[in-house]
Amino acid sequence: MKHVLGNKKAIAVLLLPALLIYLGVMVVPAIWSFVLSFMDGSPVVGFEFVGLKNFEHLFSDKEALNALLFTLKYAIIISVGQILLGYALALLYTFVLRKSSTFIRTMVFFPVVLPTVAIALLFGKLFSVSPQEGPINSIIGLFGAPAVDWFATGENAFIVIVIMDLWRSMGFFAILLYAGLIEIPEEILDSARIDGAGGLRLVWNIVVPVSLPVLMATIIFSLNSSLKVFDSILALNNGGPGSATTPLNLLMYKTAFTYGDFGYGSTLALVITVVCLAATLLVFRSSRRDLTKG
Amino acid sequence: MNIRTNARRAGAVIAFAAGTSLVLAGCAGGGSGDGASTGATEFSVLVTNENTQTGQLFDILKENQCATEEKALPYTLSQTPSADMQSKIQLLSGQDALPVFYAGTQSLVKPGGDLEKAGQVLDLRQTFDDLGVLDQVTPAAQSVIEQLYDGAFPTIPLQFNIEGIFYNKKIFADNNIEIPTTLDELTEAADKLKAAGVTPIVASGKTGWTISRWLGAMIYSELGPDALSKVASGDAKLTDPEYVKVAQQLQDLGPDFIDGITNLDYDTMNAQMLNGDAAMMYMGTWFLANVNNPDQNKVGDDIGFFQFPGIDGYPANVGSPNVINAKLYNDGVGGWLSCIAKNWGSEALKTQGSFSGFVVNDPVADLPPLTADIQDKISKAPGSVLWFEGLFTPKANADSSANAAPLLTGAMSAEDFMGLIQGDLDSGQ
Repeated sequence: MKHVLGNKKAIAVLLLPALLIYLGVMVVPAIWSFVLSFMDGSPVVGFEFVGLKNFEHLFSDKEALNALLFTLKYAIIISVGQILLGYALALLYTFVLRKSSTFIRTMVFFPVVLPTVAIALLFGKLFSVSPQEGPINSIIGLFGAPAVDWFATGENAFIVIVIMDLWRSMGFFAILLYAGLIEIPEEILDSARIDGAGGLRLVWNIVVPVSLPVLMATIIFSLNSSLKVFDSILALNNGGPGSATTPLNLLMYKTAFTYGDFGYGSTLALVITVVCLAATLLVFRSSRRDLTKG
Repeated sequence: MNIRTNARRAGAVIAFAAGTSLVLAGCAGGGSGDGASTGATEFSVLVTNENTQTGQLFDILKENQCATEEKALPYTLSQTPSADMQSKIQLLSGQDALPVFYAGTQSLVKPGGDLEKAGQVLDLRQTFDDLGVLDQVTPAAQSVIEQLYDGAFPTIPLQFNIEGIFYNKKIFADNNIEIPTTLDELTEAADKLKAAGVTPIVASGKTGWTISRWLGAMIYSELGPDALSKVASGDAKLTDPEYVKVAQQLQDLGPDFIDGITNLDYDTMNAQMLNGDAAMMYMGTWFLANVNNPDQNKVGDDIGFFQFPGIDGYPANVGSPNVINAKLYNDGVGGWLSCIAKNWGSEALKTQGSFSGFVVNDPVADLPPLTADIQDKISKAPGSVLWFEGLFTPKANADSSANAAPLLTGAMSAEDFMGLIQGDLDSGQ
């Protein structure tokens, strides 16, 4: 094996098929999308180079700005929620439920395997006001308050989106963080306990620093997936009312495939890429800080 | 040695680039397919998944009235979701691989549209005339097509729908309400029903055009039949005070629409009407397919139809564009078009109880009462107008639909709504 891996030709032969596929399905479309952001036209009549026209449009486009702000608001709230809920659940599995956590873990993870459209339909009915009042409005009614049309305003619709997306994803992040927590050597925890650490102090001073690498990976994963949110909002309320809950990804899809503006759609795709890259680099830079130096 | 190594590396890079280019070229479509030079070898039809009627009627025609044409040019059907249709059509067109008959989008097939410029839209007025079947297209359908496509005739009118208000006769009678003939009477009737605890009007916020069509009809009712064509030609703007006033009137009518309208879907809306839970619904006559289905219609003959108050005629449409690919036209396609023109009208009415833009050559007996009533109304209609978004650009169309519910509920002001749509129209998007 050492002989084979020492041969550059052998390495090339082994890597080439995978690289070609990666080149074909990832790199070429990404470059083509980047090139399209400087063009205008359609596959029917062809594309023409328009320089920075799409970028000029981007900076004067209120809809894109609103979508960007909504995307950032959504990503921050959802990521914080996913990490906090996921970490709390992981701690519960590891230190409270321990070996009897299997059933709870399975139940909490269950929404992850459900189709997004089914979850959106479920939450649409849970929060509906007509033709039948959903369970949430029925509970509100028990306290004598009037039913709420949850999808009539952007603020209320956002609350439903956040609850839905946290419910469907927290099980996944809990498992991810749980995998990191169970790797913490029992001796370290025992030593800390002997030194008098317990409860929150044990978590803050021992568990969090030791599980930091997996926590950082989880934050990057969470931020990137929430910055690219698309299907859950499309299925729940299509970014409505109006465009009040439309994230960049959905705006990009509508621009390219509904309005047929592939050039500007590619420009929006570039913005999403840059935002995701910036968020990832930010998290990476902050994670390199030496925590022992305070 | 270095030179040789460099040469070998350069050769490898060139070979790799050439290989990649070949792979990519293989993925791309050919510039000019065989069909382009020899015409169609099959009567290939591409419609949306949601369109179940067209395939059903073609199946009947190919077995019966169009059996000869089927033998000469076999019929094939492919379908794709409506949300993906525009991008699919564009990609197929770019590869010169469009089928003979395809469901286009209005902006692409109208004069100056991308597909028209690419020579992939057949002039059907000329073709029907050459085939001697232009008289099989009803004057009403021809008028709507010409209004919609700047005088051109690029679509086969497999449907012809008029729009108006479907209402529940029993609810009207129980509340002593006559069919309204003015917008004020309509508003009074809705208020009276609301006070009686009945849902006066049902529409779907998720399918926003079911609300924006109200706006279009109210604009025609208040400002005349040319109000929206003036907007399209630039002689008027939606932000003009009289247009904004009508949008405000619709917002004022908002409380008479069903509660929680924003997230109500199309099927639930229809069910509300067909279960007798709502008194009125603005809709096109394609809704007859639901009314005539006893599995869906729980109120039987209690559903009636009336013209939107104050409009001389009806908003009318000919369904989604059904286009013939000019590059694939040959005698076989011509044979199919003749057969469709002569038989589609009768077969659609007989099999589906729906109306098309073709003459009904074999009168159909025993039509359901509402279908017969609407057929009579269509034949006596003095003229027709387009619907609210009929002349809009794709973005204006989408924004109108997405923001109709916020307009109705007051989450968006009438000025902002009309400003948004006018902005889209001004930017040509």
